Amino acid sequence: MDVILILLAAGLLSWPLGRYMTAVFAGAPHWSDKVFAGPERLMLRLFGVDGRAGMNWRQYGLAFVAANLLLGIIAYVLLLCQHLLPLNPDNVGPLSWDLALHTAVSFLTNTNQQHYSGQLQLSFFSQSVVLVTLQFLTPAMGLALALAVLRGMTGGLNSATAKAGEPRNLGNFYQDSLRAFTRVLLPLSVVLALLLGSQGVPSNYQAATEAVLLEAPQSAEQAQIQRIPQGPVAAMVAIKQLGTNGGGWYGPNSTNPLENPTPLSNALQTIALVLVPMAMLWMMGGMLSRTASVNAAAASQAGLTPHTGLTPRAGQGFARMSFAVMAVLSLCFVAAAVYSEMQPNAAFAGLGASGGNLEGKEVRFGTDLSALWSTLTTQTSNGSVNAMHDSLNPLAGLISRAGMLINAIWGGIGCGLINFIVYIWLSVFIAGLMIGRTPEMFGRKLEKTELSWLGLLLVLPSAVILILTAITLSVPEWTANSNPGLHGISQVFYEYTSAFANNGSGFEGLGDNTPWWNLSTVLALLLGRYLPLLIPLIIAGRLAQKPVTPPGAASLPLQSLTFGVTVVVVILLLNFLSFLPSMVLGPIGEALVDLR
Amino acid sequence: MNHSMQISAGAVRTASLDAWRKLAPMQAIKSPVMFVVWVGTLWSFAMTVQRLLQDQPYGFALCCSLILLFTVWFANFAEAIAEARGRDQAASLKATRRDLTATLRNKAGQLTQVNASTLKQGDVVVVEPGQLIPADGEIVQGVASINESALTGESAPVLREAGTDHSGVIAGTKLLSGRIEVQVTAESGHSFLDKMIRLVEGTQRQKTPNELALTVLLAALTLVFLLAVATLPSMAEFVGIKLDPLLLIALLVCLIPTTIAGLLPAIGIAGMNRALAANLIAKSGKAVEVAGDIDTLLLDKTGTITFGDRQATAFLPLPGVTQTELVRVAVLSSLQDPTPEGKSVVKLARELGDITELPQAAEFVPFSAETRLSGLRLPAEGADSGQGFASSYISSFAYKGASDAICRFALSQGLAVPQALEGIVSKVAQQGATPLVVVSAKRILGVIQLSDVIKPGVAERFAKLRALGVRTVMVTGDNPITAGAIAAVAGVDDFVAEARPEDKLALIRAEQAKGHLVAMVGDGTNDAPALAQADVGLAMNSGTQAAKDAGNMVDLDSDPTKLLAVVEVGKQLLITRGALTTFSLANDVAKYFVIIPAVFAASMPGIGLLNLMQLPDPQIAVISALIFNAVIIPLLIPLALKGVKIRAISAENLLRNNLLIYGLGGLLLPFVAIKLIDLGLNWML
Repeated sequence: MDVILILLAAGLLSWPLGRYMTAVFAGAPHWSDKVFAGPERLMLRLFGVDGRAGMNWRQYGLAFVAANLLLGIIAYVLLLCQHLLPLNPDNVGPLSWDLALHTAVSFLTNTNQQHYSGQLQLSFFSQSVVLVTLQFLTPAMGLALALAVLRGMTGGLNSATAKAGEPRNLGNFYQDSLRAFTRVLLPLSVVLALLLGSQGVPSNYQAATEAVLLEAPQSAEQAQIQRIPQGPVAAMVAIKQLGTNGGGWYGPNSTNPLENPTPLSNALQTIALVLVPMAMLWMMGGMLSRTASVNAAAASQAGLTPHTGLTPRAGQGFARMSFAVMAVLSLCFVAAAVYSEMQPNAAFAGLGASGGNLEGKEVRFGTDLSALWSTLTTQTSNGSVNAMHDSLNPLAGLISRAGMLINAIWGGIGCGLINFIVYIWLSVFIAGLMIGRTPEMFGRKLEKTELSWLGLLLVLPSAVILILTAITLSVPEWTANSNPGLHGISQVFYEYTSAFANNGSGFEGLGDNTPWWNLSTVLALLLGRYLPLLIPLIIAGRLAQKPVTPPGAASLPLQSLTFGVTVVVVILLLNFLSFLPSMVLGPIGEALVDLR
Repeated sequence: MNHSMQISAGAVRTASLDAWRKLAPMQAIKSPVMFVVWVGTLWSFAMTVQRLLQDQPYGFALCCSLILLFTVWFANFAEAIAEARGRDQAASLKATRRDLTATLRNKAGQLTQVNASTLKQGDVVVVEPGQLIPADGEIVQGVASINESALTGESAPVLREAGTDHSGVIAGTKLLSGRIEVQVTAESGHSFLDKMIRLVEGTQRQKTPNELALTVLLAALTLVFLLAVATLPSMAEFVGIKLDPLLLIALLVCLIPTTIAGLLPAIGIAGMNRALAANLIAKSGKAVEVAGDIDTLLLDKTGTITFGDRQATAFLPLPGVTQTELVRVAVLSSLQDPTPEGKSVVKLARELGDITELPQAAEFVPFSAETRLSGLRLPAEGADSGQGFASSYISSFAYKGASDAICRFALSQGLAVPQALEGIVSKVAQQGATPLVVVSAKRILGVIQLSDVIKPGVAERFAKLRALGVRTVMVTGDNPITAGAIAAVAGVDDFVAEARPEDKLALIRAEQAKGHLVAMVGDGTNDAPALAQADVGLAMNSGTQAAKDAGNMVDLDSDPTKLLAVVEVGKQLLITRGALTTFSLANDVAKYFVIIPAVFAASMPGIGLLNLMQLPDPQIAVISALIFNAVIIPLLIPLALKGVKIRAISAENLLRNNLLIYGLGGLLLPFVAIKLIDLGLNWML
């Protein structure tokens, strides 16, 4: 029941948010200008960048890479030197070079995979300035790239006037990411932080509180006094959830009662997991139909036939189809995970324990809400947790991994939508052939060069995840995992999947703060962030310049049920075929052993 | 000639040999997917030998190796059989042009007998009735009736005439009547047919754009599966499981899309062959593929939609005139008229039961630019010459002509112009027809309606094209009213009236600027620029050399509605590829459930639960899957050669049907087939 209410609330809230985002990024005057335009101009001037000039795909991609490079270097240096910097009341020491690198890259890639234990190894400055800044900026930049890809697919902002082959304006990277930050993520986070604060999530800059244990310690090793770290937790938790970040204040993330104290805070945080990714789809519909009608209007003004590959209706229809595809996959996965966790834990068989699998869960949340969270957090590339994924029953473990491998059911802000579009392109190619036309999307043909890039994206997950997993497993002293046998394989596989998918959730039970783990996951993080964002930008940029075929009776109806089913099948089949063998050596094998 | 789609025994024999020849590494590497299988085969053979030398059981390894070898061989065979069939067709084309001799006329006018192969471009040859035309060329002198059945299979002779848009002749066809002089336009070995022969033989085949894109996708998928299988041993090692490399090879071969990769070249070649079977000569495979994307077709009205000559379709008498009287006078005015219009008047009248004969002393008055009427005149004494029945109707003359000309003539003869005439005339004109007014010495009788007769079956073909998403646009020099009327009857989607021939080029450019892919059918020299500009330019074989050079396809039958066949062949090409790709990938699911349990049978307890088909013996199960994987290629060769059947239904329905048949079918079929093969093998052993 809770599960359904939470999902329903998220879906309902995403609609107005999506419409608001459409208006904000359309570039036309908007009421939000009154509030934000001034500060935005100031910030652009501060950084000395031009926020108005349109960029083609090369310029847009370069601006993105340059901004990331700069942010990455700054974050790395600050993390290395955190002991020299202010806001360090607990006198936390410096990070090792590889851990600092992993942490910087992990937050730079919107992953927030943590090989450190938050409150113990990072200063307030590192957490609340360095990491929270990245938690705001990286989803904003992801969103910007999604905007550029969408604009490219419809021919760019100058599509009404540009001729085939001419460079296309995909928008301005700085303005897009800045608006995503100031007008979307920041206001939402403030609201959520206030709500969470009202539920008792700490919000201060005090050193750890010392508390005397209520019960006397049972052995000498146990401390007399417990140190309870605090800080600006609410703010970080708000953006960690909203920005598909996942890196919380405390090591145990949202299982910690200070990070997630009440049922309401849990519900709010769960909604925040999927809110912006859901709204992205409505924004896509708004953008597509807006582009179509703007182009049609511009053409009729110039006395030309509209030069556009889609109609406003088809744009909205495409977004609805996309939402439906994601919703169906998401709901099926949630249902399966909830069912899975209702089953008893096989390890307790014969011990007389009954009821669901509560190992590694907060009894406060129970199995349903933990399963819901674990499913949504892996689908959205968020990676925050309110239960230990290591202890999920095999089916739910499989589902959480499937969510990350697919990485396009809601998905991370920007990257989720872009990944989904990649699946769409692949589906369009197969379906286009099957209706006897050169495959095309919004009237633009997918040809050999586009297919070569898509082929690279198709191979990339297998290449990164499987090769790194195989290498790590073949050197047991690098593996450093807590479980032998199939579950050990699962842990390693999960860690790389989580890194590549820029998810950041941990299967835990892995001694992962070693140079090998830090560096190999850095590789997975970088390849998993930048290629899946930049290659679609290249494809969209190429598509933008192509001649457009107007939609006709024989074009593929992208908004149709049949095509939606095709997309679902393509998503499931590709991932099933790519990863079944390795899954058999992981969760499927474990499940089979359990079932016997 | 019959471009039969049958496969001859000889073709099968040569194809089997060719399939072995294609195992050579340089040939095998052309398809990345099949190359992986080939490497796996060699590796598997190596392991067989190793096991043999180490005195281990080697039967299973040998079986796997042999099946793998046949998988590659079957794929090669599919390509070879398509090529062989192309060569069969090419051979029958070549047969039409063996040992031709030509009568060459030099500048001085002397005639010499030479071998046709020595003819050069620009040479002029003389052809007498009964001779075979020695080279492709254009008639520069004379009118000819030619039997092109050697080329097209159509035995009705065709008319070719110098200086018209129907002046082209093709080597190997037979001149039936008329002595003609032909200027050679293509040297031996460079004619259309020679080019086509090389294309259908496959020696000059280049991969088409969509085929290239698909090849890239298949290579990427192969790499994905290679990674999935290659990383398995080290993961298994971690939990102490040692995997049999032979089983991993089997797993890999079953997963990579061998079915579509094996059939891909055959599909491409077969597309060209199918075009040729429809008597279409495509200059490249790309042209055929593009045809599937065409969404706009530009057609000349005359000769394409209509027969081109106006024919009488009704007699409309004025008030007070009987139909019989009008018909008789009209026939009298037309009996000696040699024009098609005149003949059609007589034809229609005879159909209505008229038997009017020509009066003896009648004198024919031909159409002239000054009078703009034609008919017959009787000498003054003719009135008493026993032809009473004719003369009683016409007295001294019977004319037909344009309304204004007849009216002027009637007034000059002192005859009245009835008021009702104008109404009838304008009504006929509004229907897109031409009114001819009939007058005798007594009075104006009425109107003959001449209509542009639309070819039978045209409307159906356009409806079919529309269902395939092709919009037809008619181009005509007629006025908008006439054009609109014909467009409505013929069922074209749009028309351009009052167009001059040279407007076509601008029209195509305008359509292309709107993003349409345009096909154009033409035969005249002034069509050449438009044919070259169009995405698919289909030139009529009867047309001029310029038109044939400009187009990227030539229709040997000179049937403008043949474009429908081109579009279908193009679409079939893509659908067949897409369908077999889907089928190939869907097959993998079942194969996983066969081979994965076999791979882990010894090492992982509980894996039996994945053995959905309950195959008892892991080794036999793997062999069953491999057999299915290999045999499905030859079983699908007929489909690859014939192409997936296409029906004129909406894109969504087409997608749904193909998804159900090739997706769902591809998912389920191997479960059943592998189970059956396994049952059979277990029973035999």
